[in-house]
Amino acid sequence: MNRSAKSILSLAILGLMTGTASADVIKVGIIGTMSGPYALFGKNFKMGIDAWVAEHGNKVGSHEVEFIYKDEEGPNPAKSKALAQEFIVKDKVQYLAGVYFTPNAMAIAPLLEESKTPLIVMNAATSSIVEKSPYIVRTSFTMWQNTVPAAKIAFKNGSKKVAIAVSDYGPGVDAEAAFKKTFEADGGAVVEAIRIPLATTDFSPIMQRIKDSGADTIFTFLPSGPPTLGFVKAYIDNGLKVGGVKLMSTGDVVTEPDLPNIGDSGIGILSTYHYAVSHDSPENKAFLATIKKGGGNLDDVTMTSVAAYDGARLIYKMIEATGGQRDPAKAVDAVKDMKWVSPRGPVSIDPATRHIRQNVYLRSVEKVDGKLINKESQTFADQPDWALSTK
Amino acid sequence: MRTVFSILIDAIAYGMVLFIISIGLSIMMGLMRVVNLAHGAFAMIGGYLASYAIRDLHVNYGIAILMAVIGTIIVSVPFEVLLYRRIYRKSDPLIQVLMTIGITFFIIGVVNFIFGPSLKSIPLPATLSGPLDIGFRSLPTHRLFVIACGIVTALALWLLIEKTEFGIKLRASVDHSGMADALGIRTEIIYAVTFALAIGLGAFGGVVGAEILPVEPFYALRYMVTFLVVVSVGGAGSILGALSASLLLGLADTTGKYLAPEFGEFFFYLTVICIVFLFPHGLFGRSHA
Repeated sequence: MNRSAKSILSLAILGLMTGTASADVIKVGIIGTMSGPYALFGKNFKMGIDAWVAEHGNKVGSHEVEFIYKDEEGPNPAKSKALAQEFIVKDKVQYLAGVYFTPNAMAIAPLLEESKTPLIVMNAATSSIVEKSPYIVRTSFTMWQNTVPAAKIAFKNGSKKVAIAVSDYGPGVDAEAAFKKTFEADGGAVVEAIRIPLATTDFSPIMQRIKDSGADTIFTFLPSGPPTLGFVKAYIDNGLKVGGVKLMSTGDVVTEPDLPNIGDSGIGILSTYHYAVSHDSPENKAFLATIKKGGGNLDDVTMTSVAAYDGARLIYKMIEATGGQRDPAKAVDAVKDMKWVSPRGPVSIDPATRHIRQNVYLRSVEKVDGKLINKESQTFADQPDWALSTK
Repeated sequence: MRTVFSILIDAIAYGMVLFIISIGLSIMMGLMRVVNLAHGAFAMIGGYLASYAIRDLHVNYGIAILMAVIGTIIVSVPFEVLLYRRIYRKSDPLIQVLMTIGITFFIIGVVNFIFGPSLKSIPLPATLSGPLDIGFRSLPTHRLFVIACGIVTALALWLLIEKTEFGIKLRASVDHSGMADALGIRTEIIYAVTFALAIGLGAFGGVVGAEILPVEPFYALRYMVTFLVVVSVGGAGSILGALSASLLLGLADTTGKYLAPEFGEFFFYLTVICIVFLFPHGLFGRSHA
């Protein structure tokens, strides 16, 4: 190839590249569990984002925003990293968002700084994720955030001896540490701490062990799905509920789509969480109405849809602040200190941690108009991630 | 002492669930020589049908079990006629494995599409739900029902295979199908009926075991290893083998969970390794040349 041909070719390549960059569509890559046992939560990412777009249009100023979805399937860090690379290199996305599992978020984090791509985490709930890159902002929750109020409530309600039973992986260990620290600081005793393997299906022996330990309350965290239902059923069927042992958990154990399966015997189970589908506010009513109008089934709504809805709000704000240019530092700065009223209640982004501060609610399972719901009864206002912040 | 009784009761209950679900697979592998990796998928279909029958058609639990078993057998007929019939006894194991795992993925996809990705419960009648006080501790009533089902299933199968004419024909077809054919036994029909029996048992297990192994689209893959382990430890085709393997593994798993939950599945697989090391063909298995 002679020199002039070479320069023409490079000019042509340059032209093509700038062509894609200036075309005014800003792409956002969503990584979520779109298939497999956790598909419900990926579907909720989409419902939340669709609701935001339905309310606010698909344009920020003159920039059109396009959301593209890829499937993380399960806890699979290598696959998620490959998906993120594909998004960055091939689709040239300006923002990444979603991510259901902690290990997947950890695998994506190292790519962000080099590619100048902010990541909005819409679920993965281990505290340390936001520390892995300055370009990570989180709109979901952390285990510490939801567990500390649970420990306080348990002590206030008269629990003296607690047995902790959690799933044996990152978030479970976080939940155990958070509960233990808070409950013992208040003056309670933890008489038993069991880490349950993730693959466990028969919880009877664990219930018997808890019974033998003499605990008056159980605190538990398990990832929502088949294990949570088995745990709650074992708790009821082994006679612990009628025997007066209380069950306290984070909302993951009693997500709304699971409640009909737990059935009436679940009435009275306490949990602390940042979002209940039944949350009584005009914002939540409007949010659910939009989902319904878009063809969504309200029985499928979980916490991930509201995290995605708020995540989309941040992305729109970032695009507005950067004028559609790739400038991650400016984008992240623009959302620090942001305050708004979300369907879950008043929230803000903590400038120090880039994690969302929000109300955490105490709820109990109750039957209202023939439908089982998590009914909120008490509010812990403006909770930070207690692992990263102290107030 | 109380702890020992507690562990034993839980172990028997868990073991019986394993037995009910795995026995169909054991029959399939031992008598038909088909490594049916889709067994869990058929058990899952049973679970979904029962869930649908109770929650949407509001039928009685017993009738729902019957509908689930018959429904699953009907669903399995096209699979038998078009696919399984070609691989009874003779095919090489690779073809069996590829074909049945393919069927599993197919069923998972279809079930996911029709019923959605979330978990489906099978509501129990009031008489079977809730705790039952048995003196020194309380136990889920449903577990006693499962134990009873397990015992009845084991006895009925033993009678069927050892004491009836069908059993004689079946054993003849298994041991020497060419000779059985020559003697006028319609081996094709015998195999088809045995296939239906194995699938029906799987569906039955899927329904009554749903309290411990909840029904969701990935049931078919999630618990397949456990079922295969029971069959290989017990010896394929042996009722007594499947029963003793289930109880032994149930005991190992429950004891481990009770005394040292942080070890996870360690004790379960340790037991498996020991038994398979001592009895390479399973506890009551026959070696096939």
